[in-house]
Amino acid sequence: MRRLLRRLEGPQTLGRGPAFWAAFAIVLALAIAYPSFADGYTVGNTAYFFCWVFMALGLCLIWGYGGALSFGQTAFFGLSGYAYGVLTLNVGAAYGFTIAAVVLAVALAAGFAALLGYFLFFGRIGGVFLGIITLSVTLALERFMAQTAGPDWRIGAARLNGYNGMSGMPPLTVPWFDGDIVLFPDVALYYGLLGLLVVTYLGLRILVNARFGNVLVAIRENPERAEMLGYDVRRYQLGAFVIGSALAGLSGTLYTAWGQYITPSSMGLTAAALPVIWVAVGGRSDVTATLVGTLAVLGGFQALTIYGSQYALVVMGLLLVVVVLAAPEGLVVALMRGIARLTRKAAAR
Amino acid sequence: MTAILETRGLDKHFGGLHVTNGVDFSVGDGEVHCLIGPNGAGKSTFFRLLIGEYTPEGGQVLYRGEDITALKPFERVRRGLSVKFQVPGIFPGLTVAHNLEIALQHHLEGASLSSEIRRLLDFLNLKEAAGERAGTLSHGQKQWLEIGMAISLKPRLLLLDEPTAGMSPAETFATGEMVQALNRDGVAILAIEHDMAFVRQIAQRVTVLHVGRIFAQGSTDEIVANEAVAAIYLGETEAPRRKQDA
Repeated sequence: MRRLLRRLEGPQTLGRGPAFWAAFAIVLALAIAYPSFADGYTVGNTAYFFCWVFMALGLCLIWGYGGALSFGQTAFFGLSGYAYGVLTLNVGAAYGFTIAAVVLAVALAAGFAALLGYFLFFGRIGGVFLGIITLSVTLALERFMAQTAGPDWRIGAARLNGYNGMSGMPPLTVPWFDGDIVLFPDVALYYGLLGLLVVTYLGLRILVNARFGNVLVAIRENPERAEMLGYDVRRYQLGAFVIGSALAGLSGTLYTAWGQYITPSSMGLTAAALPVIWVAVGGRSDVTATLVGTLAVLGGFQALTIYGSQYALVVMGLLLVVVVLAAPEGLVVALMRGIARLTRKAAAR
Repeated sequence: MTAILETRGLDKHFGGLHVTNGVDFSVGDGEVHCLIGPNGAGKSTFFRLLIGEYTPEGGQVLYRGEDITALKPFERVRRGLSVKFQVPGIFPGLTVAHNLEIALQHHLEGASLSSEIRRLLDFLNLKEAAGERAGTLSHGQKQWLEIGMAISLKPRLLLLDEPTAGMSPAETFATGEMVQALNRDGVAILAIEHDMAFVRQIAQRVTVLHVGRIFAQGSTDEIVANEAVAAIYLGETEAPRRKQDA
């Protein structure tokens, strides 16, 4: 256990020492206190942001640490979301089945990722072709689901509903002694997702600072050398792809449970591009940067959508271009490195 | 001397070009063996066949008597064969110490890992650069770092593809000393090399490869004194080939 906790810090993650963990504790305390000074709608909206962060963290692992740009993480998001819908519309929410449905849906996404990833990585497909194939997969799924409009397209009680998507699935429900706790998209869901996010974030920090993460960054830096150190590069790439895609699947189920709907557009081109922007803008090579950057971009994007209507996507595109040119490692990473440099200089004086 | 590495009738061609032509070759256990030859002799292709990056059209590669022809590169490494490439194969965005850690984590962890990193940094003359990004090192230092990563695996056989390429004479000599120190520890070494001063410094046996075939073999002095070898280096390829065929 102590060894695992030591892995919370390491060469693969920004932020270490008492100052970082004190800041982490303060941010966490503020996040816990947040619902007490924000209205229910805003808290539910923040929970909506949290839903997406898991997919961004997964892409950070695959792309930022492993060096393999998957442009189709939304395929796993959508697949898992639809799976949650089909399962819960057929079985219902009693006896905590929604939790079991989340696990099953995420397992389905992971299984699909393992199958697709096997052909990609063991077929030695990399670079731009990996992006093209994964994008093609998500677009194919989107097109397929969009044409499931007729009454024949149903799985048990669940109608797929074509481009309008599925709706009416139950929210997450936790069985409890004196009655089920329904995690409607407000305070209850917010706390559930916050807890899940903290566990995922810390778990990823441990993973990337462990032997697995070391090998992953070695593959990103020089796959030939990594193989010549005795590592089966394909297995590690596949492992990262499956974990990252499972996280995309988790986002999909949480999003579906949050809004009680899922549509094919969640796997479309625009949806597929957004996680790449979140991760690139924050800083793909670090989980903290991805977490902070994704929340910031999501908040900014929503504000733009409300106040800038059709210009929101244009601004997102511009943001990506500016970041790639000015701070290719990501804005949050650049900021954190700048702070670290200033701190070192101040300490030297 | 028993062979640690052996090839039997190793063949490789690209289209109509027969690059490696039925090569029978061996490296003795604990031996320092240099493979030389003019440009286009097939040395790099032969090297890639040994490490498993190329699949031969015919013949076998044996490591300690086991046929490893069908094994993938990482599987060969796990059996005790380690490699240093011609262009330094390092992890440029990571620190020097982190590069070594990734190589060493196979068999070490915790305090013993840190202690071995320190020992290697000392051995490689890279102590001062431990915290620097590997990509910022000089060319010679990158070559040493890669040698360090290769020997971190505690190999029985180390394959070096032009380990002194781009090095100054002083760095070349220091590299030779490193190779000799490794050999004293029982590591067999096969080096593909152009620099004859380096070959003289380290080689116990030299093989000359020419147009995909073994052209000559012997001690360094025998090879240096061989007029036919000198002739192929000067581009007079036809006469020596006829001589050999005869």
